[in-house]
Amino acid sequence: MSAPTYDLGTLHGGLRLPANKAASTSQPIFEAPIPKQLMLPITQHVGDPAQPVVGIGEHVLKGQLIAEPGQSLGAPIHASSSGTVIAIEAWPVSRRNGDNAPCIVIECDGKDEAIRSSDKQVDFTSLAPAELLSEILKGGIVGLGGAVFPTAQKLMQARTCEIDHLLLNGVECESYISCDDMLMRERAGEIVSGAQILMHALQISVCFIAIESDKPDAIRAIGDVLGEIQDDRIVLKQVPTIYPSGGEDQLVQLVTNREVPSGGLPSDVGCLVQNVGTAAAIHDWIINDEPLISRVTTVTGDGVVNPINVRARVGTTIADLVALAGGYTESAKQLIVGGPMTGKSITTDRVPLVKATNCILVSGETPDPGPEMPCIRCGDCASVCPVQLLPQQLFWYARADNEVKLREFGLMDCIECGCCDLVCPSHIPLTADFCVAKGRIQELEDEKARAVRARQRFEARNDRLERDKEQRDTELSQQKESAKQAGPSAIAEILRRKKLEKKDKD
Amino acid sequence: MGTAVLTIAVIAMLAGIGLSFASRRLPSDPGNLVEQVNDLLPQTQCAQCGYPGCRPYAAAVVENGAAINLCPPGGEETIRRLAELLGREAIALAESVVPSVAVIDESLCIGCTHCRNACPVDAIVGAHQLMHTVIESECTGCELCVAPCPVDCISMRPLA
Repeated sequence: MSAPTYDLGTLHGGLRLPANKAASTSQPIFEAPIPKQLMLPITQHVGDPAQPVVGIGEHVLKGQLIAEPGQSLGAPIHASSSGTVIAIEAWPVSRRNGDNAPCIVIECDGKDEAIRSSDKQVDFTSLAPAELLSEILKGGIVGLGGAVFPTAQKLMQARTCEIDHLLLNGVECESYISCDDMLMRERAGEIVSGAQILMHALQISVCFIAIESDKPDAIRAIGDVLGEIQDDRIVLKQVPTIYPSGGEDQLVQLVTNREVPSGGLPSDVGCLVQNVGTAAAIHDWIINDEPLISRVTTVTGDGVVNPINVRARVGTTIADLVALAGGYTESAKQLIVGGPMTGKSITTDRVPLVKATNCILVSGETPDPGPEMPCIRCGDCASVCPVQLLPQQLFWYARADNEVKLREFGLMDCIECGCCDLVCPSHIPLTADFCVAKGRIQELEDEKARAVRARQRFEARNDRLERDKEQRDTELSQQKESAKQAGPSAIAEILRRKKLEKKDKD
Repeated sequence: MGTAVLTIAVIAMLAGIGLSFASRRLPSDPGNLVEQVNDLLPQTQCAQCGYPGCRPYAAAVVENGAAINLCPPGGEETIRRLAELLGREAIALAESVVPSVAVIDESLCIGCTHCRNACPVDAIVGAHQLMHTVIESECTGCELCVAPCPVDCISMRPLA
């Protein structure tokens, strides 16, 4: 086992949160059975919705492509089990807090018959990096840390920059969530194999696997695999247990001591961050020919009887998964998709598990924080902000709708981690305010872009009309000129012909 | 002699300070200001302000002191920004509209091209005696196509 090395950088602020992970990590990952129906939203990634390529009534096999990525950014979607497509209709989804979005509904036949493509290259080292990237694109693989950015496109973007470090994110710093922890314990080999594929795709030779110090079992499992394969390009890094050390930019800072610039990406400082789950998914696709059709998710909280980690097919409803965890307890109050800090509260458990769902948290009775009170400018929020913003200033500007000042004070760099909310003695919902303000700024930007386009079109039209008029004028004057040159007899001839034509008509 | 030099120097210094203050705080040349005002307008070219387009309205605001609350598509936000830029008081919108797009009832369209010719941003496609349709993403909701339609097949649909 390679000795864990310690972090180089430090994280500003952050919080030590109660882990609440013991309950869900006490037993191995549970395999969820095939559900009766699968609801597969066509938007499970950042970018354009995927376009369905199957019709209603069509029989599909497990792993079959059922929706293709759109024009620009996107990822394909595959059937999670075999069965018949019975509808393509609106269904509640977690991404929209339980509101409807288009889904492909598959009635499973229970046979779980898989599709096999024969021309698949298993030895990835024989593929050129570009070929490997297009292979990864076909697997429907997206970032499983929660952002669901299409992995292939992230890699393509990274290849245009000078990348020298691959970071595998196994930090999982948010309370309650333990799916990555369990994945690292049980599938360390696949994760490391995924890292090797990623390194080949990027043609780089340094990979750090970062794990929080409170996950000794995961550290041991990954360390054992690294000791076995003797690949000295991959190094295990232990990072301190502090929220939000698993944020992409924060992790880059912690592991490499490089600071991602404001408004920038980790690729600006030569780093590419991928979740450990994504690495395992890449291994499953490239080596085992299984696209991203299932994932490990944590079903936990005081509101479920038996907190577990479960590997379930994408499209299984959350109600089914809660049932696997023993159902709701009497104290169940709120259903959250994601963690307690960054998750979304939803009102129905009919929503399907999607590629983004890393945790289903059923919280019990939570103490009422009390009413919101005026800001006393204590500055606690600024001292915990991992991005070193001034939430108390941003708060004034957000409430005053002062978009210029909000930008100036770096609102767009806010990672919405929720630390400021938690420490605020006046119980001000700062993060919620910032989300609204960000949405508003985005709206204004969209409006501005629309105005610019309308203006361009308007000006282009005016130019065209002007050009047409000029052309008509020159043609007319040319005709006049040529008639003049032909002399009065020719004009008389034309007039006579016109008169005859008119007579014929009458 | 010394007093005279000192007097002139003090006057020159005061004038310099005054000029630099003026160049920073007072609006610069009107042509540029018209462009700045035009940039703040939504470019729908709808003429609902009573001027033939966004730029003419911008010119009227700067040069003839037209009211800044005449742009319904811009809404309160545009008024606020105009007030900030021009140092005028923000006033309530004269008349408000819901953001919407034009929709052609394609079963009724006779292909007369009148709406297509009226559209200031070329957001309507269609040829003579063939069905026309609105490119929704480009439509600014200016309503200029509604009146010319001889069969009244164009309606405005509010955006969600």
